[in-house]
Amino acid sequence: MHAETGFRESAAQALGDPQIRANFRRAMDGLMAKRAAQFPDPEDFQAMRHLGTAIRARSLLKLPALLEQLEASCLRNGIQVHWARTCEEGNELILGLLQARGATRLVKGKSMVSEEMGLNHFLEAHGVEALESDLGEYIIQLDQETPSHIIMPAIHKNKTQIARQFSQKIKDAKYTEDVDELTALARKVLRRKFFEADAGLSGVNFAVADTGTLCLVENEGNGRMSTHVPPLHIAVMGLEKVVETLEDVAPLYALLTRSATGQAVSTYLNLIRGPRGPGELDGPREVHLVILDNGRSRIYADPQLRATLRCIRCGACMNHCPVYTRVGGHAFQAVYPGPIGTILTPQMEGVGVRHELLHGSSLCGACAEVCPVEIPIPEIIVRLRREATHRDAASAVEGRGTGRTATEDLAWRLWAAVLSRPRVYRLAAWCATRFRRLIPGGLPLLKAWTLSRAKPVPARRSLQERVREEGLPHG
Amino acid sequence: MQPERVYFYGTCLVDLFYPEAGMAGIRLLRRAGVEVLFPEGQTCCGQPAFNCGYREEARAVARGQVALFPLDIPVVLPSGSCAGMMRNHYPELFHGEPDEARVRAFSGRVFELTQFLVDVLDVRLEDLGEPVKVTWHSSCHALRDLGLEGQPQSLLGQLANVELAPLGRERECCGFGGTFAVRHPEISGSMACDKADDAVATGASRVLSTDGGCLLNVQGALEAKGEALRVQHIAEFLWERTHAR
Ligand code: SF4
Repeated sequence: MHAETGFRESAAQALGDPQIRANFRRAMDGLMAKRAAQFPDPEDFQAMRHLGTAIRARSLLKLPALLEQLEASCLRNGIQVHWARTCEEGNELILGLLQARGATRLVKGKSMVSEEMGLNHFLEAHGVEALESDLGEYIIQLDQETPSHIIMPAIHKNKTQIARQFSQKIKDAKYTEDVDELTALARKVLRRKFFEADAGLSGVNFAVADTGTLCLVENEGNGRMSTHVPPLHIAVMGLEKVVETLEDVAPLYALLTRSATGQAVSTYLNLIRGPRGPGELDGPREVHLVILDNGRSRIYADPQLRATLRCIRCGACMNHCPVYTRVGGHAFQAVYPGPIGTILTPQMEGVGVRHELLHGSSLCGACAEVCPVEIPIPEIIVRLRREATHRDAASAVEGRGTGRTATEDLAWRLWAAVLSRPRVYRLAAWCATRFRRLIPGGLPLLKAWTLSRAKPVPARRSLQERVREEGLPHG
Repeated sequence: MQPERVYFYGTCLVDLFYPEAGMAGIRLLRRAGVEVLFPEGQTCCGQPAFNCGYREEARAVARGQVALFPLDIPVVLPSGSCAGMMRNHYPELFHGEPDEARVRAFSGRVFELTQFLVDVLDVRLEDLGEPVKVTWHSSCHALRDLGLEGQPQSLLGQLANVELAPLGRERECCGFGGTFAVRHPEISGSMACDKADDAVATGASRVLSTDGGCLLNVQGALEAKGEALRVQHIAEFLWERTHAR
């Protein structure tokens, strides 16, 4: 997906929309409170996340071997495994599976990887109807929108907006703002679709190498329906989702639901072991697992950036991000918004094109503070900012050096030239304090600053001058 | 054991915008019985360039600064952000450089002012001022990078006539973030405005903080809104309350 306007423009637009701002603020405040209630004791939280981090780090350390093991275990269970290097390959693969079985109606459980692949558009262009069955995904699909959050795709909408939309887009629906009635309405539509579908597609939260189990965390039961009712189930996952054993799943699951929605457990945890066995009454007849790379192996190769792949997609970083809270997910113009998107998107798409996104962070660290697998997001942002403007020999980051501009380069060189020469700095400080009110507000940086803030005025005398007057020893 | 001497590092924002905070910091240290050395040639810790990925430029500036503090005594800064930079990021910035060991030794001696007053000097303050209500804003870097935990609050708690009103969403960033404030002025500005509104809602007459960047940012938003509420560096406030005029 490519940005049509810059992050700055789309963020400014979102900021100008009071409805968006209110919806996000309310939702994020609620989510932060719920998560906080799940981790009342900071020490317990630290212990839990150290464990989670260790599990994810260990899985990544053994990634190539675990992926091979996963493939073997899946095959043993009757799950067919496919590898896709790019999104295009993944799309073609899935289309091939569907076409070979004459499948034209697909129901989908929630899957961010399929968003990453742009799967729905691709399938529709090839005559396959792909219906989202997660309530949030269904809501945004009706409006032909993309998710604005990785856990709660329709979080940018409020009840009234959804009521209006349902009454317009669902046949024979009458207008109601009653949440239960709205849910029942969607449920009625989706129920029928589950039974009519030729195939179901889902994401994967954790794939267990040892047993070949696909774990799917969800709250609505639609995941179970999409993976169980149609005769064909296709699961898609990024290649980093693998863990070693079933024991690894429990701590990660506990961290995931608590961090994401503040639930101790989710309503459903599906553990998929394979297709319907002989004599079994239900379940799909075929199960396929598509494992997507799309830049992940490149991220994996870098020891610092590898931490990015620990992510369990809980969304806590966005819930706690002051920037995300204000501009919402769509402003990021990326499949993965918020702090994780800020580091993931440039690594997937290239640091040059996403230069602006990388600077859309105040580096406040709220994301890293809550991340259940301790991804040092601010550090990685700083690293990628460097990659965007420098072509360091040792790095393999996509598009490195392409975000460099002569103006910025010169600015930093000037900055260093002044600040590594104390006399020059002192002269500049002298000028700034003496002409403190005369500094023109139209200077580029000041102009940006004063969009919403008063012009800062330097003091009459600098600290260094004051200290000299007092005659402090220099050491 | 209490050190006899410390270095004071002014930081560029304090130097240019909040010199009284710097002076107050020095006075608080001296009153606690510590001799304060203020090396000439201080400019900037190098954080802006470091955060933007311009490491060579950051290093060139940082190297000159480290050289100003040769003695093995603490270096105290009235800024959580710069202290965090010098303490936590210099070792990384100089990783593999010939002077890495020297820089590491320097980093280990760096303290933020309130941290030093509480953890090292264990100062006792006597409040000489009129009753006043203030509110406190933590800087993100002081909080999360440096790990400042409650030292400013404990100092304020020693002042009998000072009521500390809790700031709504205290741990949320004010939107300064160095170059973020000018690269994304709309988002940054909205964060600053919300912080200013939260501060006004406390009914306090001052917003205190330990970082020049936050002070500048919140002050700017308050002024643009025409609010009477003012910001102040905690050092200046502490000194104002505790010295006889
Ligand atoms: S980066 Fe951390 S907090 Fe953000 S979604 Fe991933 S695991 Fe959750």
